[in-house]
Amino acid sequence: MPSEKINNPLINVPPELQNQITITTLDKIYNWSRSNSLWPMMFGLACCAIEMIITAASRYDFSRFGMEVMRPSPRQADVMIVSGTVTKKMVPQIVRLFNQMGEPKYVLAMGACASGGGPFKEGYNVVSGIDKFLPVDVYIPGCPPTPQALLHGLIVLQKKIQREKLADAEWYKKDFHEEIPVPILGPDLIDPRKYHLFKKENEELPEELVAETGVKGEEA
Amino acid sequence: MADETLVSDLPAIDSIYPEKVTLDTRPGYGGFIVPREHLLEIAKEVHDVWGYDMLSSLTGVDYFPDTMEVVYHLYRSLGGGALVLKVQVPREDSVVPSLYSIFNGAEFQEREAWDLLGIKFENHPDLRRILMWEGFAGFPLRKDWKEPYFEEESKPFSSRWPEGVAEHAENKNIFGANVKYPENFDPEKWIASGEEALYLGLEKSGTKADLETESIVINLGPQHPSTHGVFRMAALIEGETILDLKPSFGYLHRNHEKIGERNTFLQNMPFTDRLDYISSMSNNFGYALAVEKLMGVKPPERAEYIRVIMAELTRIASHYMSIGFLLNDLGAFFTPALYALKERELILDIFEAVSGSRMMCNYFRFGGLVRDLPVGVHEKIKNLVFERLPGKVDEFDQLLTENEIVRSRCMGIGVINAEQAINLSATGPILRASGVPYDIRRADPYSIYERFEFDVPVLYHGDIYDRYLIRIAEMRQSIRIIQQAITQIPEGPIFEGKAQYQVKVPAGEAYGRVEAPKGELGFYVVSNGQANPWRYHVRAPSFINLTSLRPMCLNYKVADVVAILGSIDIVLGEVDR
Amino acid sequence: MGISGIVKGLGITLKHFLDTYLVDIKYKGKRYGTEEGIEDRRSFDTEGIFTVQYPEEKSKVPEEFRYIPFLVYDVNESGEKDIRCTSCGICAKVCPPQCIWITRSVNPETGKPVPKPAKFFIDIDICMNCGLCAEYCPFEAIRMDHDYEIANIDRMAHHIYDLDKLLKPSSYYAEIRPTQFTEEEDARKEKEAKKAAAKAARGA
Repeated sequence: MPSEKINNPLINVPPELQNQITITTLDKIYNWSRSNSLWPMMFGLACCAIEMIITAASRYDFSRFGMEVMRPSPRQADVMIVSGTVTKKMVPQIVRLFNQMGEPKYVLAMGACASGGGPFKEGYNVVSGIDKFLPVDVYIPGCPPTPQALLHGLIVLQKKIQREKLADAEWYKKDFHEEIPVPILGPDLIDPRKYHLFKKENEELPEELVAETGVKGEEA
Repeated sequence: MADETLVSDLPAIDSIYPEKVTLDTRPGYGGFIVPREHLLEIAKEVHDVWGYDMLSSLTGVDYFPDTMEVVYHLYRSLGGGALVLKVQVPREDSVVPSLYSIFNGAEFQEREAWDLLGIKFENHPDLRRILMWEGFAGFPLRKDWKEPYFEEESKPFSSRWPEGVAEHAENKNIFGANVKYPENFDPEKWIASGEEALYLGLEKSGTKADLETESIVINLGPQHPSTHGVFRMAALIEGETILDLKPSFGYLHRNHEKIGERNTFLQNMPFTDRLDYISSMSNNFGYALAVEKLMGVKPPERAEYIRVIMAELTRIASHYMSIGFLLNDLGAFFTPALYALKERELILDIFEAVSGSRMMCNYFRFGGLVRDLPVGVHEKIKNLVFERLPGKVDEFDQLLTENEIVRSRCMGIGVINAEQAINLSATGPILRASGVPYDIRRADPYSIYERFEFDVPVLYHGDIYDRYLIRIAEMRQSIRIIQQAITQIPEGPIFEGKAQYQVKVPAGEAYGRVEAPKGELGFYVVSNGQANPWRYHVRAPSFINLTSLRPMCLNYKVADVVAILGSIDIVLGEVDR
Repeated sequence: MGISGIVKGLGITLKHFLDTYLVDIKYKGKRYGTEEGIEDRRSFDTEGIFTVQYPEEKSKVPEEFRYIPFLVYDVNESGEKDIRCTSCGICAKVCPPQCIWITRSVNPETGKPVPKPAKFFIDIDICMNCGLCAEYCPFEAIRMDHDYEIANIDRMAHHIYDLDKLLKPSSYYAEIRPTQFTEEEDARKEKEAKKAAAKAARGA
């Protein structure tokens, strides 16, 4: 099956050799092998984690996609499935786990809560989506997404990986270093990337903040 | 003998202690009001003399702007209804004596009331914030506290209709003008004090070893493969022996209670699904019972039967999952869990066909159900409980119960005795494994459980193995109940009256409780006659069962902690709410 | 001393393992990729392999299955879209996480509201799939969709659904929820017949 997928059609292979050799580009084989051995991190947050476990169990069985090796350690994982509500209390840990993952790494926001806060969005201890802190690659709506929806999301992620180019891969660049500053639990959750806003003026800050990130999603 | 009432009625303690206790006479309310000076004394009396030995639920209500009320629901471990005590204190001076010395089960519940409502409990051994972090500004459940994305006091929000335009709420207000930062707040110099308090609070309380050795503190969680979610504990160990252990919560605190006060009564129903997300039907059941109590409605016969069937199917699914993951924790990675999940999938298929969602069923309504069983589901349930499940439970039993590794890892580990379990407010399989035959379906029957024949399994060792056996036995009993229910189920309507999206709930309070798979699940709902509940409190079984984690773990090994935690069967959605 | 337990455990696992082949033989290779094969794997007496091999085969969702809501429109005689929604706002009011935004149409001449939505948004990153909107809609205008394959790589651009994305024809509705659709159609026809009868009676 995969030979057609990774074969490079521009080069003619004599018919008698077609089942024996495959000519491909480095990009293709690189992405093909990466996307078919995505190891998710064994990391569950809330309700969606149960559906993630079910996806790993016998009925949906994501080992068919080379993903059965769920690693509890972030060092050995390729994809972080943020499965559930991200609370303010938990965010520092999630960011730390993300920082500990080796490149290349992917984040999959599973379910409404991880994508955009979900039904608990208005809560005082809930972050409106993990993408406030981490770069998310795929969002899966649903509350919770059914196992098949999660599988679909993982396939979307695989497709995304297959489109990547080795030449553009940031993580091989010399001084590539991506570390997300760990948020701090103060009187409320504080993102270190926004410290400067505190320093300027303590009282008059809200307006400025709105101006900075005020991309209204009105006509989205 | 059979007709004899073994449990007497509630004592009229207002006439027994006339100087100290008064009856709560507000319309729609019940119970007794105790001034705080007399609380300890009265609590001791009802505990020692009247036999109310279980502090089931403790919570606070903010009657803005004057009073803060603490509500205690006490039960007898022999069964029967609740004795409700209330203490009213002024809001500015909300200090109440701690009941920890009488009921150890008050520990976490009092901490929760302090964390969310700012009620101080005098002489509490460790009054720290429990769900939020140390240093968080304000007490969120107070009525004058507003969350950062505060929009309006109650739903529906007027910005949604008739001139609603979608926007991402988080873009409107990033830090939130509602958050009060201290003057000259400098985030770079801020040091959170919670961690230290957690670690330094650990004390050597175990028996002293002969050798003088160094003890160290280790931390498990919140990201740990066998803490069943984002649960965290800090343990003081010497060698491999646990000397002290403290759980730390709140990593999945989703503000159910605050959101619940903003929601209308009906809107809370789908939120209850997400409490104990493995057994949503039971959660629906408890909440529906509480609100139905307030409204004074009763579901029709057929609906009652379907409710029981669904609640029992949930119990089987939940116990399957619990046992499967207990085995995971013991090191039998995934094979038993896979077998368990397979059966659970077949039950979820029924839920999906009936309610539309595998996990978040949202199937109960006040006075009935959403819809009748679709075509073919009756047959499916029948096949499942008569043909498949009994054999599969036996197979599971055969695979695990006599297994030497299971026996040696579980027997005699994590023991608590009956007295301790009652005092720690433990409920569900934990209580029954410690030798207390307490099951709300029998002790304080609700719905139509009186009509069914089933046993309440009890075992006496109070260890992990007995908790496991209780779950296996309960699955068999649940199958028995469903077998009876599915054959007796009558035809008829499944909803009383007309379905309305705005229900009228008269003012008053109600406490509805069910025997959920994890233990006693209670909903304390206060209504002031408006569309939204004034207070919505969840007495979460796995949260309160965790009070007994520390006594269970002391003097056992680190490796046992994981198994003990697995045997308590926690679901973080419910622990942290 | 641990041997008998291990043997017993392995025996049960071996039985499960052998079952997969026995059942496959029984089905003569027709167990995978066929409707009845999937159905068999979901039935109460299923043995052997249990896996539904998504995406090659998909297990059928039941009629009541709910995911993200959609708006139903009818196609009238002249081929135009006839949106059933009257923008009464009940769905927006009943929605527990308040993820529905509706702007009512206004007649530009009179300034009076027209029973049609001018704008309709659902933020699917908030929606909790509870189905209350569909349950309480008095016009059968909002219903829960069965399509769960909506994962996306950009949420800001795609995850607030507007009228364009929400509207789906009633034929689609009839396809995914046949029982409910026929029930509602029958009820409507009956109602219309009654109305007509009443009108005729009045006319006479």
